Amino acid sequence: MSYKLQFAELLPYWNVLLYGLVFTIALTIVSTAVGIAVGTAGAAARTFGPVWLGRIVAVYVELIRNTPFIVQLFFIFFGLPALGLKLSETTAAFLAMVINLGAYSTEIIRAGIEAVPKGHIEAGLSLAMTKWEVLRRIVLNQAFRKIYPALSSQIIIVMLGSAVVSQISAEDLTYAANFIASRNFRNFEVYLLVALAYLVLAMLMRAALRALGRVIFKAR
Amino acid sequence: MSLVSIRDVRKSFGPNEVLKGVSLDIAKGDVVAIIGRSGSGKSTLLRCINGLETYQSGTIVADGIEVGGAATNLRELRRHVGMVFQQFNLFPHLTAAENVMLAPTVVNKTSKAEARATAAEVLAKVGLSEKMDAYPSELSGGQQQRVAIARSLAMRPKVLLCDEITSALDPELVNEVLRVVEQLAREGMTLILVTHEMRFARDVGTKLVFMHHGKVHEEGVPKEVFAAPRTPELQQFVGQVS
Amino acid sequence: MLQFSFWDILSNLLVATQWTIVLSLIAFFCGGIVGLILLFMRTSRIAPLEWFTKIYIEFFQGTPLLMQLFLFFFGIALFGIEVSPWMAATLALTFWTSAFLTEIWRGCVEAIPKGQWEASSSLALSYIEQMRYVILPQASRIAVAPTVGFSVQVIKGTALASIIGFVELTKAGTMLNNATFRPFLVYSLVALIYFCLCFPLSWWAKKIEGRLNVAR
Repeated sequence: MSYKLQFAELLPYWNVLLYGLVFTIALTIVSTAVGIAVGTAGAAARTFGPVWLGRIVAVYVELIRNTPFIVQLFFIFFGLPALGLKLSETTAAFLAMVINLGAYSTEIIRAGIEAVPKGHIEAGLSLAMTKWEVLRRIVLNQAFRKIYPALSSQIIIVMLGSAVVSQISAEDLTYAANFIASRNFRNFEVYLLVALAYLVLAMLMRAALRALGRVIFKAR
Repeated sequence: MSLVSIRDVRKSFGPNEVLKGVSLDIAKGDVVAIIGRSGSGKSTLLRCINGLETYQSGTIVADGIEVGGAATNLRELRRHVGMVFQQFNLFPHLTAAENVMLAPTVVNKTSKAEARATAAEVLAKVGLSEKMDAYPSELSGGQQQRVAIARSLAMRPKVLLCDEITSALDPELVNEVLRVVEQLAREGMTLILVTHEMRFARDVGTKLVFMHHGKVHEEGVPKEVFAAPRTPELQQFVGQVS
Repeated sequence: MLQFSFWDILSNLLVATQWTIVLSLIAFFCGGIVGLILLFMRTSRIAPLEWFTKIYIEFFQGTPLLMQLFLFFFGIALFGIEVSPWMAATLALTFWTSAFLTEIWRGCVEAIPKGQWEASSSLALSYIEQMRYVILPQASRIAVAPTVGFSVQVIKGTALASIIGFVELTKAGTMLNNATFRPFLVYSLVALIYFCLCFPLSWWAKKIEGRLNVAR
């Protein structure tokens, strides 16, 4: 191969890359927190809520899980303004990620809740705890412990999926890569470097989530 | 006045009527052993007393609180009516002490230190002082069930409901649990037990209730009832199990 | 300016849907073949082979599919080969799919009790024979549900091929939106078509999984 890789030409753009990296990390953290809150509410609604509410949540979950993230993003960013709801790139990206993770985590957390033996709920109620206390202290506590690995994987999948938000010009890491490639035409070098940055980010997140899990659930 | 009063309670699961008008009075300090074949409604009756099951008609009043009404304060009721289950139902993510401390701290807003002292006391009572910080998975079935009893005791219940609490245990572990219950009975705790341990029912019980087809078929002082069962159904039942 | 009726939009989208289906099928089947080879390597207990597969899987599971598409699109061109979006998309999706299928299948192989390996090796079967006659027949039973479930991810993954210019359902949606300025309608229809492709597979996967749990 006669072509020589020229990574040096990326150096002048380090601040662009750093900005994109920080944007991706921040977007992931914020939408993960909100998305899991949505998922917890969704799972509680499906398992303990009234039937009609459970049905609505089920439709939401299936709609999101069976359509591509990029289409959800385009729908929110391009489609909703037609209904008078205009969002900035960043808000649209955030909203799409929350809605997406909310649906997946609803399913994951629901599976965790359903794995908690019914006897534990009865034991909690018999100890004069309210339904809410039983849900929080016994059911969700056990459920999260059980599904924490699955939830962690999903968070990383969402982080990697967030590369797509560059397509509505949200200024994430991939957007930075596109920007640089359009300036110096070193497409392959930029994308290889950014791909590796994502890889390192994914590995660090996995380690961080594992450490966090040990703190939250006290290693046994 | 009786501590628990059950009047003509009826309960159906779909078309299947499992309680067909049960009446029972339990005074403070009574140790009531409920026996009968599986499907006779004895566990259902017990679960109605602390509101885990609802019933269609009749009344249950426990410690002055009417159970089963729409406005029943189940939380208040359950603070005074404890329950121990066949399957232990210990919370696997908490240690023995934490299992015991949970309800006092959450429901009664007791301080952690005080709850821990209570946990130490009740766990000592069931002979598990040295297992306070063990997780349920590290305990034998008999030990788990004793923790479950301690967990109920920490709420200082006025009545303790025991639903076949030795049925899931290996035979050699049954006695350690029964000894704890016997000790409680001697201290004056009001106990309602659904049980298959006939000897225990006769020696420790102050009252025997034989349920058959969703009704109280025969009741009385255990020793007398066992010595001379009046109905052929109980005669047959006693003959089969002992 | 051309006027597009509702039926024009829908029929254009449906034509493009064919390419989504073709790309999904190729990626799934080629990815399955590559995945099977990788599975043998991953479980071979030959260190270099296992290391290679681990790094391969780490890379394709740990980077965005979009980046992989870019890398194939621009990377192959460096060899002086003319790359069509179609070729880059096929290759990237195949490798991406294979990494995930290998991991899914490895989980199924590892769910087979150790005694099965011990028994079959004491019958003097070679590694390949053990896999072929003892392990895979059992593992494949539990692999069906997650594999079908993953096919949904493949279909959704093909939507990213639109970004490198391959005209499938999502790209057609973007083009129609630019021509009609009716984004709400266009993207609703695009989402609906994806749903119609994916939901039956999701439903089927769930059904198989449920049946397996009852059988166990």
